Amino acid sequence: MTTPLLMSIEHLTRQYGDLKAVDAVNFDLKRGEVLGFLGPNGAGKSTTMQMITGNLAPTAGKITINGIDLLDQPKLAKAEIGYLPEQPPLYTELTVEEYLIFCVKINGISRANQTTAINRAIDRCGLGDVKSRLISNLSKGYQQRVGIAQAIIHSPSIVILDEPTVGLDPIQIREIRKLIRELGNEHSVILSTHILPEVQMTCDRVQIIHKGKLVFNDSIECLNQSMQATSLIAQFESAPSTEALKAITNVDSIEDLGNHRFRISYLESPAKQIAIEAVNAKWGLIELSPEQKTLEQIFLEITSSEPSLEKTTKDVA
Amino acid sequence: MSMNAITIASRELRSLFLSPLAWSILGVVQFIFAYIFLAQLNTFIQVQPQLATMENAPGATEFIATPLFATSAIIFMLVIPLITMRVIAGERANHSLAILFTAPISMTEIVIGKFLGVFGFLICMAVMLAIMPLSLAFVGSLDYGLFFSAWIGLVLLIASFAAIGIYMSSLTTQPTVAAISTFGILLMLWILDWSTNKVADANASGALEYLSMLRHFEAMAKGLFSSTDFMYFIIVSSTFLILSIRRLDGDRLQR
Repeated sequence: MTTPLLMSIEHLTRQYGDLKAVDAVNFDLKRGEVLGFLGPNGAGKSTTMQMITGNLAPTAGKITINGIDLLDQPKLAKAEIGYLPEQPPLYTELTVEEYLIFCVKINGISRANQTTAINRAIDRCGLGDVKSRLISNLSKGYQQRVGIAQAIIHSPSIVILDEPTVGLDPIQIREIRKLIRELGNEHSVILSTHILPEVQMTCDRVQIIHKGKLVFNDSIECLNQSMQATSLIAQFESAPSTEALKAITNVDSIEDLGNHRFRISYLESPAKQIAIEAVNAKWGLIELSPEQKTLEQIFLEITSSEPSLEKTTKDVA
Repeated sequence: MSMNAITIASRELRSLFLSPLAWSILGVVQFIFAYIFLAQLNTFIQVQPQLATMENAPGATEFIATPLFATSAIIFMLVIPLITMRVIAGERANHSLAILFTAPISMTEIVIGKFLGVFGFLICMAVMLAIMPLSLAFVGSLDYGLFFSAWIGLVLLIASFAAIGIYMSSLTTQPTVAAISTFGILLMLWILDWSTNKVADANASGALEYLSMLRHFEAMAKGLFSSTDFMYFIIVSSTFLILSIRRLDGDRLQR
């Protein structure tokens, strides 16, 4: 079979008592794709990740990896998966090297290739300097890297990362994101996160899950379009009257936020005009910035504007 | 058994030897074993004159080794819950079970591996224990048949203890809960036959007696190596290991 589909998820459902944590989710993953799995906390991201890695049995649905059913032949299917859960699964009493030796063995890599696999993972995750240190003594950032090393050590076709940047400082976050981008060159990656810019920076395609349902499934460009801001925040030293602002072309409505700040909604950006007016009328422009939509706003918009999620998923498939 | 189980077992054993808990258990227990051994040895030397006059007098094995093994069984009952408690519960609390669940290995291999790891550690303790009475072979003669019957009985007993401990550890996320419940079960199985004489019904008392671990171990400690006792320990061990496998499978299923 020469299907470009690496993983296909059909009608995946998971129920905890009365609560449907994941509700009939369908999606596919193509070879070499970095897929962002976006959703607020409690949307069902981790549950989905646990199911597609075999850590949790689905209530209903089918998971096919490289043509192999995960539930029928777990051993074969799992060999294609590397998984970094939310909490990195580390044996902190071991050194990085000892830990990776264990990982390589339980992933069934032949004795001859073990050393190569370990050295490659150490290299790719930048663990060379710390490989003989105890995992418990490493910083959170390095522990996360050890977790990623564990996920890629057996060269799986799919690497699944569940919120890999949570709890890291900005520099570590940048490094991990760079690493994820690099992983995309050799593996298909599923990246679960609640941080929007992370997806924009690293992914080719994005899926948004909300209350257990898939509400958006499209390329990053489409997401950026649907995210485009429709308002500006402006602050002035000496406040103009709202009427004066409203008179500017393209301005739709004005909201006074107090302290001489205004939210200016528009259809086509009036930023240039506002700047010109502000200089001419000596308003003393301090701030003028497009307002970023929050993830919640996007969810609201998507959930309200695209009620038929079945249609969206089918269009992509 | 497959390589995977051995990999898990050696990791388990390694982590045990990296933890201060295991070393302190080894140290304290060995100290107690040595004390009991020396006390027995002392008594044996003191009663030498009387023994010399007796016909069919008990030898060093009967006088020192078997009582030592019998007492050590109780000490094992006290410390095994501490060794098995974190085997699965600890990994669950530490979120490291995911690495085993994601790897292409079966639940059976995971449980067998963990059992072998713990069992390996306990065998070390049992060997350290056996070395002391064995050292008497330099100065006297030992009844090796009796000695090894009792020692194998002890090994089978601690294998059953370990299997029960692993099952209790698979039920919870908190190692201490696992330790206490393991201890409770071991104690119950141990004292079951105390209550037998209080039960009027002969059939019921027979059943209780059969379930008691003490009865089966006692026979072996006397040098009566019967297949019933042997099978009893094998059945107890495998039952609890199978239950553990099922419990881990249940982790993935409905909650």
